This record gives sequence, C-alpha cells and structure tokens, in this order.
Amino acid sequence: MRIDSSKAFARFVAQAKKKAAQRQREVLVCCGTGCLANGSAKVADAFAAELANRGGQASVGVFTKKTGCHGLCERGPLVVVQPNGVLYTKVKPRDVAEIVEKSVMGGEVVPRLLYKDLASGQRIATYTEVPFYKNQTRIAMRNIGRIDPADIEDAVAHGAYEGLAKALFTMTPEQVIEEVEISGLRGRGGAGFATARKWRACRKASGERKFVLCNGDEGDPGAFKDRSIMEGDPHSVIEGMVIGAYAVGAHEGFIYVRDEYPLAVVHLTLALAQAREKGFLGTNILGTGFDFDIRISRGGGAFVCGESSALMRSIEGKVGEPRAKYVHATDRGLFDLPTVLNNVETWADVGAIIARGGAWFASFGTEKSKGTKAFSLVGKVKNTGLIELPMGTTLREIIYGIGGGILGDRPFKAVQTGGPSGGCVPESLLDLPVDYERLTEAGSMMGSGGMIVMDDRTCMVDVARYFLKFLTEESCGKCVPCREGLHQMLAIFEDLVAGRGKRGDIERIERLARGMKLGSLCDLGRSAPNPVLSTLQYFRNEYVAHVEQQACPAGICRDLTAYEIVAELCNGCHACFKACPVEAITGKTKELHVIHHDKCISCGACFDVCPSEAIRTFPKKELAERGVA
Amino acid sequence: MSAAERDRLPGSGARGAEQGNAQRPTVTVTVDGKAVKAREGAFVLEAARAAGVEIPTLCHHPGLEPYGGCRLCVVDVTRPDWEGWCKLVISCQFPVEDGLIVLTDTERVVETRKVVLDLLLARCPETPLIQSLAARYGIEKTSYLRNPQPTDCILCALCTRVCDHIGVSAIATVNRGIGREVAPPWGEAPPDCIGCLACAEICPTSCIPYETSDRSRTIWGKTFEMLRCSRCGKARVTVAEADHFAGRGGVPRSYFELCDTCKRKDMAATFARLSAGAAGMAAGA
Repeated sequence: MRIDSSKAFARFVAQAKKKAAQRQREVLVCCGTGCLANGSAKVADAFAAELANRGGQASVGVFTKKTGCHGLCERGPLVVVQPNGVLYTKVKPRDVAEIVEKSVMGGEVVPRLLYKDLASGQRIATYTEVPFYKNQTRIAMRNIGRIDPADIEDAVAHGAYEGLAKALFTMTPEQVIEEVEISGLRGRGGAGFATARKWRACRKASGERKFVLCNGDEGDPGAFKDRSIMEGDPHSVIEGMVIGAYAVGAHEGFIYVRDEYPLAVVHLTLALAQAREKGFLGTNILGTGFDFDIRISRGGGAFVCGESSALMRSIEGKVGEPRAKYVHATDRGLFDLPTVLNNVETWADVGAIIARGGAWFASFGTEKSKGTKAFSLVGKVKNTGLIELPMGTTLREIIYGIGGGILGDRPFKAVQTGGPSGGCVPESLLDLPVDYERLTEAGSMMGSGGMIVMDDRTCMVDVARYFLKFLTEESCGKCVPCREGLHQMLAIFEDLVAGRGKRGDIERIERLARGMKLGSLCDLGRSAPNPVLSTLQYFRNEYVAHVEQQACPAGICRDLTAYEIVAELCNGCHACFKACPVEAITGKTKELHVIHHDKCISCGACFDVCPSEAIRTFPKKELAERGVA
Repeated sequence: MSAAERDRLPGSGARGAEQGNAQRPTVTVTVDGKAVKAREGAFVLEAARAAGVEIPTLCHHPGLEPYGGCRLCVVDVTRPDWEGWCKLVISCQFPVEDGLIVLTDTERVVETRKVVLDLLLARCPETPLIQSLAARYGIEKTSYLRNPQPTDCILCALCTRVCDHIGVSAIATVNRGIGREVAPPWGEAPPDCIGCLACAEICPTSCIPYETSDRSRTIWGKTFEMLRCSRCGKARVTVAEADHFAGRGGVPRSYFELCDTCKRKDMAATFARLSAGAAGMAAGA
C-alpha cells in the first residue's frame, strides 16, 4: 500500500511507532561487515534459537534485531540489550544463553562481557557511558545500530522520511535549498563544496531532464564510513536523495556503489524496493505528484571512479576516466545533463537537516564547517572503529578521548587524514580542531574521513611510499603527469627505502610534486603528491637520513635497519626467540639472547614482542663497519 | 540502461551540430596582450593559434573531441575582475569567454610543460618528436628513470579516438596507470578493424606498424584484401573499408571503384571539356 497523503503518512508513522513501542525488550546484534567477520551472524542466530526455545519471541516479549555497524569494531561482535542499553563486547554464541537468562530476562548484567574502560579498567554497563560513544554526536549515522536496515517500518519508527514528508508537504523547492543553506552543509566526500550552492546551480540550469547522484565509491584505504551508512541505514541516503531531487527538479537518480560492498548493495536494493512500495519513491511520491526514482549502478573497483567526472562516465557505461571540468556538472554532468552529485554522508545528513531545521545542524561545528563529520578511526589506536563528531573536535580528543590512545601506549607520531589525497599531521598539531580549513592549512585534507593513527614505529618515507604505490596502481593513466609522474615518484621512493637514495632526490621529489599538482587532469593526480609533501614538511629529517646516511631513523625500512639485543636489558624471557621467523636468534631461557645478522631479515618481530625493550635498531650500514656481513 | 535509451541522450553522439553554425556570435579574448576575436564555444587553443601564438600539443587534433591527456597546452587564464587571481587550465578544453585574458608563457606554464616533457622523454627517450620538443624547453636528457624498454607511443589516444570517430572502435586503450597501452581486444586481430590506416596516419610519432601493397594490407595482426582501381589497378583502400563507408553516410559503393588519381584525371578531363566549350561560346559571341 502506497502512502498518498500527509494523513496517511502520519498514520503510518503512528503505526510503526506503536509496533516499536511493543518491542521494548530488544536484543540488537551488530551485523555490520566488521562484526560479521567476527562471527556476529552466528550470535544473532543463537539469540533467535534461544528465544525460540523459550517459547518464541512474541510470547516471551523479547525481540532480536540485526542492525548496522555500531562503530566499535575493535570489540565486535557487539550486542546491545534494550531498553537499558547494556553493551556487550566480543560476544560468542556460547555466551548467548547467559545473556538471555541474566540480562534480558533477569534485568542484571553479565560483567565479564561488559566494555572494560581502558583508562580505569572499570567495566561499564551501558552503551551511552562508554567513552567511545559518550563523546560522539550522530547525525548522518543517527539510526545506524538502532534500526533493522532491512525493515522500512522500523526505520520510520525511528524518524526516517520525516524530513521528506516535511519537505514535500510544507516546503517549496526553493525553501528546501534555503534550509540546507542555513545548515551550512558542505560536501562530505572531502572537498567541502557548499551543498546548497550546488543544488541551486542545478536548479537554475536549463533543461527538463536532470539527475541526482550518490557517490558510494568509497575507495580510500582504511575508510568505511559510507559503507556503514549504506549498510546500516540505507533509508537515510534515499530520503536525502529524494529531498535533493525535489529541490533541484530531478526525476532520475543513481547510487554509484562499489561492488566490493556486497552488503551495501543488498541493503540498498531492499530499501529502494520498500521505499517504492510505501510511496517514498517512484511516481507521485506521497501523493504530491512529484516523481523520482533511483537505480543502483555498481562500480567495478577502480579508485578513480570516485572522482566525479569518471563516476559519471562509468554510469553512462563508458570507460571510467575523468575529463576536464571547466563546465560544472550542475550544467553538464551525467549524459551532459544538469547533475547534482553528493557523497553518501552528505545525503544522509539532508533528511535530519530538513526534519530538525538548518539552524539546529549549524549549531554544531565551527565557523565555516558546520555540523558533524563521520570518521573511520584506524591504525595504531586502541578503539578502532566508526565515529561521528561535531566539526572542530581536536585530533587529541579523537585519538586519545574516543580512540583511547595509542596501542601499547607507545608514543604518537602522526595521523594520516584524507586517504591517499590527504596528508600526515604530526604531534605538534594534535590540538588542531578538525574542520575543512584547518586540515587544508596543515597540508592535509578532510577527504572521505579516514584517519590512520601512526605510532613511533612508523617510517614516514615508507608511509608516503605506501600511498604512492596505491595511487600508481589506481591512476587511470590518461594524463602524463599522473601516469608517468607517479611511476617516477614511486621509483625514487623505492630507491630511498632500499638505501639507494642520491643527493638531489628531495629536490627532484619536490619539483615533480609541483608539476603533478599543476598539470594533472583530475584530483587523483593533483592531490597524489600530498602524502609526500606533508611528510616532507613535518618529517624532512627522515628524508635527509634516508638520502644522506642511507638510514631509517624509525628503524622500519628493512634494507636500512639492523636489530640487536642490549645485553643489560635482556632478561632472557625467550619471547624473541619464539617470534623470530628465520631462527636468527639464539639463547636459552634466563640467559642473554643474541641476534645473528647473517640470518636476520630485519622484520622487527622480535622488537614487537620484547617486553623489556631490550631490542634496539641501528643503521644496517654500521654492520659493514663492524665487519659483519 | 538500454542502448536505445542511451542513444537518445545528448552527449552520447558527436557535438557536430554545435560547431558548424556560422551565425554564432563572436567574443574577444586577449592572448599574450593581443586582442583576438573568437567564435563563442571555441576553445582557447583555437583562439591563441589564430592569433599566431604557438602552443605545443601532442594529443590535440582539430577534427576530434578534445582529450586533455598530454597537458602540454596548459596556459594561465584570468579576468580583470578576478583581482589578479590566475587559473592554470588546458587551452584545448577551456572555452573562450568575452574579456578572458590568456597568458601562454608564465613561469608555471613553462614549469608544467617542462615536467611533462621531462616525463615523456623518460618514457620515450628515442622518439625524435619528444626529443625535439623537450630540447625546445632546454631538456636534453631526462632527469627521471629512463624507460628500459623505450617506446614511441606517448598514449595521446589519437589513434583510438579517430577509430571511434569513424564508427569502428577496433582498438582502445587498455589497462591502468603505467601499464596503459593501445591494443585491440584481448590483444588479438581486431574483428572490427577495417584496415583504413587512420590510426597509423594520425599517430604523431608514427609508431603503429603496418604493411601495405596493391594486393593486401596488414595492421594490428589482421590482413585485408585491397580494392583495386578498376582502371589503373592501383589499390588505395581495403575492401572492408569500402564496405564500411558504403554502408553508412550515404556514400555509394561505386565511389570506391576508381582510385583518387583516376578520379582526379576524370575530373580534369571534364573541366578541360567544359572550359573548351565555354571558350568556344565566348569566341562565337
């Protein structure tokens, strides 16, 4: 049955909320990709089986729900028991009976499965008290983890399509754009272009046929916020797109999602069908006479297809390569027709902005960067996962407050933001408030919201080399500076990490980086030198050491680093002996151990396991001076 | 999306209709201090060349859609109301607009071209065209890693684009990044190729090999039967090429019966006859 009036919508919402209210006692099992990989599907099955054993969900008055990503992927599989919001971490199927008995039916908690606070060692019972969640503000991810993404009624019970109903029933398209303008929303794909300006330009563009597109081709290493939104709350994306289409006057839309996100494709497909069935999509939406439909276009895995012009070519069925953008996509985009392209997260914000008002959204964030931003926090940080915070939160709060600090309490070295197009921000800038402007000033960028935390066991030259390698493989090869430039840049870096650095390399790197920035066709090539330039800016001494002394100060680059055991610190625990993959360490328990350089492959395994920090690194070329090897 | 649906969309075909319009208004742009009139919708490169300003290009061809791959034609553009702000663009694809100021010789224009040529010289160290262009920018030897397997292909994609343009699409660029190359599907003799040699002839470095005689022609590993002139017996086109063009665009198959030389001879004879007749008429009057 399609909803065809505001009254019918209100009835549908009331009915959905009533049904949700009847399901007060609920077990939410995270079935995001991270938790699924840790076996959460079996946990969800175990809950269903346990409740069936007790007479069925309805008769015991307890319901299970498979939700999207809760964010604290590090501790998965995650289970939340409602109504009290008790959070259980690393739940195994064998724990399920106990959770049901004690926590769900008995109203107690199972202490051993509660989240253990990293600082105090205390067990924390509820979701909202865990520091990882306490310090977040969720707008784009408002319903992820709360709703069943495969059930539109559940989504509506939690506020989905409220913004759409408000826009269609009470606002003109121009008013919708004004509201988005008041919110200060800027593109969440990373470039930060004002969303309302883009929409207005497209609305004004001549032509009857226009398109609204969603960029779900999240390809940065370590980024997964768009995936989690599409998997965990596809309706937020659809709602935003329908509102956007209404604002610009488009009747056709595409969601471009990479095929490496199979669960996102499944949930989006399901959500589109349900939205169409209920009248939120298709012809005569909510009985207002407005027509708009969305199709899914699956990407084949080319990173460059996340670039807007390449993405449009790919949807057209052509080779996904970028082209010059001297004419805006809002005038000539997909099929050379006026087009609005926004990121998944941007679309997810729109529904909430219309429902709660632009001013509410603008009350979060900084002067020029309003609202909240989702980040994928990964790397050498204790709480890896998915987070959403007001713009302007400092890196320190993110890494130490929410992230819980560095793994093994090692010293922090840098955080890489913005993926391969971004840069590395050093310790001296830890108090930097994260927004578009500050990150750009620091030589990095917002990008798609990936944050890779790095500790002192990180060589910055090697980090830059890693991103260059990624981009060299992903450059489409259409233009000379990107294709040949990345190839040559990588060659220089391969030399640096192998001890073949030459004087003048740093200058060659800088000259090439500038040429690539100036000359490349699209932002892949233009921003490719960013990881290089930002590491050069903040860690130049490491480059100099690689070039002039053939040494890696961080002791990471294998060809430049040797390991030895400091006799005074070794207590003979034998851990290094066990860790060494090539039997290069000899020594008996409680006696001094020795690394044999002729066998050592400088993998660093011994260093990582040594509990007494008795292993030190030194430049490999000193070995020759000592007459070894 | 179905093929029929795609065909209805603008932009999927050539933009020919836009270009042939003689009634288009003109705009005035300034190129290196020289005022130039250009037709609206033209690109900066065309306007600059009309003004006699030299801009190097490798992937540009006036008969094909701009591509933007070689990046050699970069120029700075600005406007009086931009308050000194300049934008580095590629002239082959940046549309002219009234009042636009184009600077083709700024420091960063030269710097960008140098980096591009230095990189191309590393890729194609033995290619005369690249050597001479690089030399013009003061580069005799590449500062980067010299390609251990020198090639003449600069990946300008003129060959694949002209092949698309004539409606054949027998070859394409394949693979990504530094592994990119021009190739027929699966590297095998391309089933769609008509042996017209457009790819080989448009190639600025003449790096597409082929063999041709009055009997047969071989290119991309495919051998074609030649269509011989019914009068002199010389072969200019392949049978496949004649079939292709006779099948579309309303060219009659008979057009290919004579070679160009014989056609010209016929035409000269016709003109001679006509002018003799005209002279006779004038003398008689």
